[in-house]
Amino acid sequence: MNTSDVKIYGAIAEFENPSELLHSAEKMRDAGFKKFECHSPFPIHGMDDAMGLKRSVLGYIVFVFGLLGAAGGFALQTWVHSVAYPLTYAGKPLFSWQAFIIVTFGLMVLAGAISAVMGIFHLSKLPRYWDAIFYSDRFKKFSDDGFFISVESDDPKFNEKGTMDFLESIGGKFVEVIKGA
Amino acid sequence: MNILNKKPIRSSDTASVSPGSMYEEVPLITGNQTFSSVTEKICSIVENDPPKMWYVLFGISLSLLLMLVGSVGYLIWEGTGIWGLNNPVGWGWAIVNFVFWVGIGHAGTLISAVLYLFRQKWRTSINRFAEAMTIFAVICALLFPTIHVGRIWVLYWFFPIPNQMEMWPNFRSPLLWDVFAVSIYFTVSLLFWYVGLVPDLATLRDRAKTKARRVLFGILSLGWRGGNRHWRHYELGYLILAGLSTPLVLSVHSVVSTDFATSIIPGWHTTIFPPYFVAGAIFSGFAMVMTLAIIARKAFGMEDFITIGHLEKMAKIIMVTGLMVGYAYSMEFFIAWYSGNEYEKFTFINRAFGNYAWGYWIMVSCNVLIPQFFWSRKMRTNVTVLFILSIFVNIGMWFERFVIIVSSLSRDYIPSSWDYYSPTIWDISVFLGSFGLFFTLFLLFIRFLPMISMTEVKGVLPQADPHHDMYHNSGDK
Repeated sequence: MNTSDVKIYGAIAEFENPSELLHSAEKMRDAGFKKFECHSPFPIHGMDDAMGLKRSVLGYIVFVFGLLGAAGGFALQTWVHSVAYPLTYAGKPLFSWQAFIIVTFGLMVLAGAISAVMGIFHLSKLPRYWDAIFYSDRFKKFSDDGFFISVESDDPKFNEKGTMDFLESIGGKFVEVIKGA
Repeated sequence: MNILNKKPIRSSDTASVSPGSMYEEVPLITGNQTFSSVTEKICSIVENDPPKMWYVLFGISLSLLLMLVGSVGYLIWEGTGIWGLNNPVGWGWAIVNFVFWVGIGHAGTLISAVLYLFRQKWRTSINRFAEAMTIFAVICALLFPTIHVGRIWVLYWFFPIPNQMEMWPNFRSPLLWDVFAVSIYFTVSLLFWYVGLVPDLATLRDRAKTKARRVLFGILSLGWRGGNRHWRHYELGYLILAGLSTPLVLSVHSVVSTDFATSIIPGWHTTIFPPYFVAGAIFSGFAMVMTLAIIARKAFGMEDFITIGHLEKMAKIIMVTGLMVGYAYSMEFFIAWYSGNEYEKFTFINRAFGNYAWGYWIMVSCNVLIPQFFWSRKMRTNVTVLFILSIFVNIGMWFERFVIIVSSLSRDYIPSSWDYYSPTIWDISVFLGSFGLFFTLFLLFIRFLPMISMTEVKGVLPQADPHHDMYHNSGDK
């Protein structure tokens, strides 16, 4: 592979603190960037609005799976006691719905929790072991005390020089191009 | 930008908890921490060799664990007859230990879920290892019913798995509810814990010095890049998990209590059991968190993260739940008298003055009398006192389950079937061995994973607030 194969994935800049990251995100949004991302060691309050992102849809996913868990659990118990193995214990009716509530509730929570966890990572496009952003050595700081904005090269507004200048003009430090083979 | 350029109150200004500072916000994290000092401090524990003491404790724990493995092996070979069980006392130490460990397992999820929903920011310093404690305690708890069934090779009968006998479990039995409640609690706690760990695992990945660590933490952290497109799902997901876990915390021990409450044994057949068990579980769980927190902060110099303020708040919760437990003890007596039922009355008089009176009075002393020291602020802020009292609560709560289970069973309806239960060496070895299992897992955890959530601690530092504009004038980041 020769050097002309080096691909440009985007640009990245570091910012001083959460407040600057938040304000710079607003400027990125207002300048019309779409495929940019703000990286921080912890979630920053108000960042969704600053980036122009809508509320996560995770709640609906969990709601649906929670209901499926509950309905499935209740159906399973009803089927077991009424159809598959209709045996009377302790004089209780076969369809003892009151006694089924505990396991129904449990399976609702289980299905909801599993879907919440899978949902978090699916919506975040994770897991993935590698991402182009790791070409930037400085980016490692994000999980310690670094606040970064990255722009993907397939953002319609992206052009190498212009984007780097813009990142610098809004206060970005250590602006660099993310490129690699 | 703040025109007045007022310097915020820095944590160092109020580092010591001054008594009587009721209206003054005590900083959650002391020692003037920056984001990177938090990372450095917490990662250094897992990245460097542990203190010698760690090896000593690990050796002891591992030996106890081996004893557990040997005892359980013999139990499976020989059967539950090696325990001191008799007729009528068919539930001995094994079930006492089960309830004891499940109870301890309640604090972790209470701290991570309930306190999260109530926006109690002080939880951030203790939630990680409290959750880990929960998971390990529930593992210990699950062990006991598993081996108590005797023929563990037919354990799959518990689960609704299609089988060659065309037989299905009885969902109308509280014992089966328990299987579901505890195993779901375990799974959900594990998921909650792991989700909380992911950003911190990314920190370990980014700091990794060796390829092996980079690959291992790279896989475990799932490629976390801390982008807001991650955080926005992550934060909502965490909130949802907290919301789902909150009723679970309350339901698990309620379900455990129905194992007893739906039977007809005097002393068990009472409606107070679910809330009484939940209060007791939180009480014992916080005591165990307190014990472990005090050891961990001392051993790893974490006084800035787990401050005396954190310990004091836990002491208050221990006192409140201790009072609830004390109330339940007296209410049981009242109802026994008020019910007019001869057997109920006898059971409770027998508890306090009968064959297991010694157990009853250990329970009352440890759970009701000793937590009264926590009325005094001096006591609540004295680490030595807190440590000793938390051990007493742990002991007291074990005896509570012993009293409930053994004293009720040994004296039921017909005097001709009464008997006295004493443990054998195998009851004792399995019980001690479960501490080996618990501490082996716990020591491995503090050795290899960040025991305090770096992400969450950074998030509660004053400079984490994006509206803390004046902050960057102090030249600190």
